[in-house]
This record gives sequence, C-alpha cells and structure tokens, in this order.
Amino acid sequence: MSSPLTITINGAQIAVPSGSTVAVAMVVAGKACRVSVSGEPRGPLCGMGICYECRVTVSGEPHCLGCQIVCEAGMEVTSDE
Amino acid sequence: MNKVVRHAFDLLVVGGGPAGMAAAVRAAESDLAVGIVDDSAMLGGQIWRGESGAGSAGLKWIERLRSSRVKVLRGRVFHQPESRILLAENNETVYELQYQNLILATGARERFLPFPGWTLPNVLGAGGLQAMVKGGLPIGGKRVVVAGTGPLLIAAAAYLRQHGAEILIICEQASWVDLAQFGMALLSQPSKILQGLRLKKALAKIKFSPNSWPVAASGSAAVESVTISRSGKLETISCDYLACGFHLVPNVELPLLVGCQVQNGCVQVDDFQRTSVPEVFSAGEPTGIGGVELSLVEGEIAGLAAAGRTAEAGRLLNRREKLRRFARSLDRAFRLRSELRSLPQRETIVCRCEDVRYSHLREHAGWRAAKLQTRCGMGPCQGRICGPATQFLFRWGQESVRPPIFPVRAESMASFTDDSTLEVCETTGGR
Amino acid sequence: MRHATYDVVIVGAGIVGAACADEFARRGMRVAVVDREMVGGGATAAGMGHIVTMDDSEAQFALTRYSQQLWQKLRPELPADVEYDQCGTIWVAADEEEMVEVRRKRDFYGQREVPTEVLDSQTLMRLEPSLRAGLAGGLLVMEDAVLYPPCAARLLMERAQKQGATLRLGHSVVEAGQGRVRMADGFEISAKVVVNAAGACAGTLTPGVEIKKRKGHLIITDRYARFLRHQLVELGYLKSAHSVSSDSVAFNVQPRRTGQILIGSSRQYGAEHAEVDSKILARMLQRAREYMPGVEQMSVVRTWTGFRAATPDKLPLIGPWPGDDSLFLATGHEGLGITTSLSTARILVDQITGAKPEIPIEPYLPSRAAQEHAHV
Repeated sequence: MSSPLTITINGAQIAVPSGSTVAVAMVVAGKACRVSVSGEPRGPLCGMGICYECRVTVSGEPHCLGCQIVCEAGMEVTSDE
Repeated sequence: MNKVVRHAFDLLVVGGGPAGMAAAVRAAESDLAVGIVDDSAMLGGQIWRGESGAGSAGLKWIERLRSSRVKVLRGRVFHQPESRILLAENNETVYELQYQNLILATGARERFLPFPGWTLPNVLGAGGLQAMVKGGLPIGGKRVVVAGTGPLLIAAAAYLRQHGAEILIICEQASWVDLAQFGMALLSQPSKILQGLRLKKALAKIKFSPNSWPVAASGSAAVESVTISRSGKLETISCDYLACGFHLVPNVELPLLVGCQVQNGCVQVDDFQRTSVPEVFSAGEPTGIGGVELSLVEGEIAGLAAAGRTAEAGRLLNRREKLRRFARSLDRAFRLRSELRSLPQRETIVCRCEDVRYSHLREHAGWRAAKLQTRCGMGPCQGRICGPATQFLFRWGQESVRPPIFPVRAESMASFTDDSTLEVCETTGGR
Repeated sequence: MRHATYDVVIVGAGIVGAACADEFARRGMRVAVVDREMVGGGATAAGMGHIVTMDDSEAQFALTRYSQQLWQKLRPELPADVEYDQCGTIWVAADEEEMVEVRRKRDFYGQREVPTEVLDSQTLMRLEPSLRAGLAGGLLVMEDAVLYPPCAARLLMERAQKQGATLRLGHSVVEAGQGRVRMADGFEISAKVVVNAAGACAGTLTPGVEIKKRKGHLIITDRYARFLRHQLVELGYLKSAHSVSSDSVAFNVQPRRTGQILIGSSRQYGAEHAEVDSKILARMLQRAREYMPGVEQMSVVRTWTGFRAATPDKLPLIGPWPGDDSLFLATGHEGLGITTSLSTARILVDQITGAKPEIPIEPYLPSRAAQEHAHV
C-alpha cells in the first residue's frame, strides 16, 4: 500500500493508504457502516460482497458495498449514524 | 444509465477463481470463443485475490489467462432470462451473455453461526478479516482471536500474523481425534505437507486449541473481548478483532437458477464435470468443498470436456480422485458439533439483514414459514448468511432460488426485453 | 385417530380461511381448518396487502368498503408485525382524460360517504415528490391502508385458535363435501358445514366451481425511506384488471413500513407455472419508472409470483354451493382477498347462522352462475 489519500466520511476527512477499500476506511475511522433494523451498529462481516453489512452511501448513491469499492481521493462517503 | 453490452461465446465461464481460470485457459487452447465473468476487479477468486495476493501457482494461472484469448469481464451474474443467456451487472453496464456451453465455477463462501455478540463491529469471518487486510486494513499490533472451524482458520491466522497481527489463540471446534485423522489425510498429499510445514513456521508459538468455540463476544461500539469455551472451561480474552468462520459452503445459487441438480448443498456432476443440465458444467467448490488443487483439476477437466477433448480430460481423473479423497476427509474432520446449536440465546440475532432473533425463528416449522412470518432471509443477502445458519440450527431445508440472485439495479432487471430501444454498445460474435 | 367431528371444517388457511375460522369461532362454533402447507402461504403470501375500497361496481364497493371498515375497527388488536398502516391510496391521473375519471370517482365515493380529496398537479407533487413532473393530479382515498398479509392471516388464525379452533397443517384435501373432508393420509373430518376457501385451487377441490388462475408478479427493493408515502395506483389499472384475455401490467407501488418499495402489478391468464417471467418484470419496471423515475436506480432485492383466484364476473363466491347442503364457498377473490377477507367471513357466517348480513349477498352467491345459465 502506498501514499495515503483523503476521503470524507460523514463530512470528516480521513486519510487512508491508497488502494484501501471503503469498508477498510470505515473500520480505520472507527465508524459503523450502517445501523441495523433494530438499531445496532454494523460493520463488514464477510469481506467479499455477500453479507451486505458494509453498505454505505458513496457520492450520493445509497446501498453501495464498501468492501467492493476502492477509495478515490475526494470520495464522499456517508453512513447511517 | 446502463450500457447494454452483448457477447456471444462458445463457452462462458462464471467465476474467475482457480477453477474458472483453469477451465477457461484449457478451453481457449482449442479454437473456441471463451469468456470469463467475475464480480471482482481482481482475478483469482477469494483465495488469490489478484496478483498481489496469489502465490506462485496463482500467478502462473493468472498469467496464462491474461495471455490467452479469453475475454475477461467484470460483472455479477444475476439472472437467466432465457436458455443459454445470462445477465450480469456492474456499475455502468448490464451484460447479456450468450453461450453454447457454460461452466459454473462460483466458488464458496464462509459459513457463519450466530452467538451472542456476533453482530458487533470488528467481529468478522476468518476469511473476512483476511480479505479486509488484503483490502488495506492495518492489522499490525492488533490482537486477534481466531475461532470457528476448518483449514481456513489456519490459513487466515498465518496471513494475519505475517502482516503483523498478534494472534492470541486459534479456537477450533473439532476435536483432537478429528484433527489427527485429518492430519493423516494431509500426509497422503505431498504438496499439502509442504504447505503444512510453511504454515507451521508461520504459526509457531500461537496457541491452537481444539474442542473450543466462541460463546459470546462483548463490547460497546465494537468487540472488546471474547468468551470462549475450551474443553468445557470458559475463558474471556480481550481483543481488537474476532475472526470467526465455520468452514465454507458452496455457492450454488446460480447452478440452482439454471436448473442444475443440487444435493446436500453440492452441485451434482458426472466424471467430466457435467451437471444435470446438458450444456452446463460445474467445477471447484460448488461441487463440494475441496480446496485449491481440487478446484484447479476440476476446472481443467471441465474446460477440456467443454472443448470436446475428453481423452485429455480423462487423463486427469486419477489426480482428481486423489484430491477428492482429501476433500472427503475435510468434510469429516470439520463437521459441526451439536454443541454449536446451543450457542444462540433467545435474543441472539440470526438474520442480520432483518434482525430476526433466535426465539422468533425457533417456533416455525420450516424455512418458508419462518421467512414469511419473520422476514428471515428476505434481506439483501438473500439468505446467504442466515440460510446455512438456520439449516444447521433447525435442520431446515432450503427453497428454490428466484432472480435476481444478487440485488441489482432495477434498470438492469428491466433491460432484457423484446423491444430493443436500448442502446447496445458492443456485440462480440463467436469465432 | 382417523376421524373427528366439528361444526365447521374450512379447507384453506389463507387469509380468507383464517378470517372465516375467526368469525365462526367467535360465534361459538367448533371449527377445524385444514391446509396442505401453512397459514397464509398461497396468494396471501404473494399479494400486496393493499386494503382498498373499490368503485368498479356496487357489489365490489359494498364488499370492500364493509371490509375496510372492519379492518379499521380491528386495528388496535393488530400486533406490530402485521404492519397495518393507513397510508391511503392515491389514484394517479396522467392526463386530463384521467382527471375526468378522478372526478367521477370522487362523486361515487362522496355519495357513499367515503372521504376523498381531489389532488391537482401541484398537490400531487407535494404529497409524492418522487412522482415525475407533468402528471395531471389524482384522487386521495385516505382511509385505504396496507398491511403485511402473512402475519395478518396468522393473527386471525391465532384468534380463532384461542377461541377453540383446531388447525391441521401439512395435509392435502382429497375430497370436500357431503358433510365431510377427507385428507390424503386418510384422516376424515365430519361437519355440518364444509367451507371451500382454497383460493386458486378451489375449482380443483369442488368440480364445477369456475376459478381461473391469474398470475401476478411483484418486486421489492432495498430500503429507501421517505421515497413514497401512499399506495399509488395508475388509473389505467382498472383497464388492466378488466382485461379478460391478455397479459397486462400497471403502475402500482406501495411503501412498506421497512422503507422498502413494493412494485407491481401484473396479470396473466393461462400461465400455469410459478416461474418469474423476465419480460413481465421488465414491462412492470418500465411502467413504474414512467411514473417514478427514481425507481430505475433502486436496488431490487427480490421478485416473486402468485396466483389470484379469478371468477368470470370478477366477484367472489361467498355462500352455499348448489346441490350439496353442507358445502359453502369463500373463494374467487382475485386481487381483493386481503381487503375483503373480513367482510367475506361476516356474510358467510351470517348466511349459515341466519343472522342478517350488513350488505346484500346476492351478487356473491355461487348459485348466481346457475341462474345465469338458466336465463340463457
């Protein structure tokens, strides 16, 4: 993994190594990806795009699988909070 | 707005892992138009995850594939609208893939079993945490408890350790006896001994505890400690991550969708990897969990058979049989013990998509009744996480699958119609 | 035990059978219900759960309005998983011609004390911002509601069981009539009253009952809170429902409590298999995005099909079956089974106990078909 890039998560700037996935960025930032139906904070489980726990909104598009998206500089990620 | 792209292949391979790559490479040696479609940007499946994750064997196959005439597509197959056509989707495109023959090499996924606290952030699968580290998660200096069952625990622990994680313990639910028998099976496979020795070095001084399983994970915003049962005694361990998975289950959703016969969760195939649907083959984990080498040889056999080179395929049958014996020993050694059925408590969530708790599921007679009454299995994971769990907990059967076999954009579901007012950007014919 | 006796035996544990069981039990009768699978597993599980007061005929109006009011009264007793939500229906008018229809409907409902509101183009957009611009308006029927049918059926059956009803699941019925029901395993139930509430299978159970299966498709999306507030139905829907022979789709969407969007609807005659038809799904989605462009990018999580029980004159069969003193029908509800389950139960049990039904029952009597043939 090479030089860090910056994305925003819920408005806050986070630096992550280039090549990191969005799900990794959420975990590094200590943020839950989503809030479950009964109010639990959730993060990635399967790491392979199957469990749908890592869903976040990327550039306004909801229900994106964070573990399948590589971070790009300036990306705007929002999660349930 | 979707682009619609049409391709027509002599042979379409679904899945770019070891089995799929081997099949595509061998088939492409004949003068066939071969396409391979995988939902990842990287080739190699879950086990190799692209060039940086593959060992030397993986790199060789990726190289062979890239230098062949196989057309590599990124997309998630979700529907078969008509015989010999599959639809796949990625961020910008929906593919209509026509084929004469089809090889399904859709791999496997981890099995998760519920226990109190398993939904806490930083509780992941064993393969799941490994995948996250491959995706850039810094694990150096982090304390990790690895638990569950199967060779994946050891492979994942070794990988994590190599990247700086502090592996506190590996809890394997199998007994010493089961493992010893598996160890014997390993001895019959020379390459596996080498693998074993390398892993042994990577795992030196890590506590490996059979007869052990997680009883609860605790923490507030994320996991902070795990309570495990070790030969009946409870022990609580502080940790940063819990990597917990109970071996693998085959991905049979696409085989079911196209009508293949599936038994005990495995696609039924003949000697040449042909399924019950004449133009469809299957290779690798969907036919039964058996590891990389079995996947590779099954892929080769399927690719050769699909290309009509049955004599060459026939020469690989012995090697496959030996590897299948190993696969059967895997099954036996890592079968789930009944104590694991008692792990979930009344309030433990079993279906994570819809937050359905154990006590609500228990009262239903079967999967369909439970699903309709509680919504278990109706979420976006489409039962891939809760299905294997409920099959084990309640001995429920499964239902047939309906499209889409993954959530897809509505416009992708709408794209296959009679009236082609849609813009078709590219059509690749056969030879 | 190979034999049992009850006052009433009901074949079919869908929402209609469950409502009937509840009503019979409430009036002190000993009830048995038999189903080959589970409670609410047939059309009940497949439908939209829309409780709607219809205006396409006096008979349809009477039955749906009576039942909608019964649902309203039942509301305080419905547990959370029934997801009853009085979100109302908006009949959407695409153009001025359809606004004429809106005003006709308003008059019809108004004369019968069903509260409605005519929406002009702007009000429609304010109430449902996700609709495309340029629609003419619509009619809001505010007392219409939605619920989740499998749990509603279960609730009604549980009420029946609390009042002593017996449920026998997992048993196919081989014969029903002449005072008894015989199951595939040889078990027999005798009763003075046998009710065929077998939905799409009613015609197989009682030969001569004219029921045709009318296949429908539905789609459900992932969660999109605040995208949709009311059940929206295009005014062309009625044309679709009335078509007797061809496949048709119509714009018909519903917000679920979960925030998921339920997208329908389709009707096909003559389709016997339950497989999802890609072309119908595609047409349904295309129709939906013509009204709500935002649907296009939504994540579709599941699709499924179901079979409605359709009669030749589009009205259900509720009452005695001519030629068998013991046999009664409660079936043929097409797309209105959820709505009219409660009123069906009331008027059926009224007929059997000799109580005076709240609405005229003649339009729903099974004997009407025989009468029509006699008049020919």
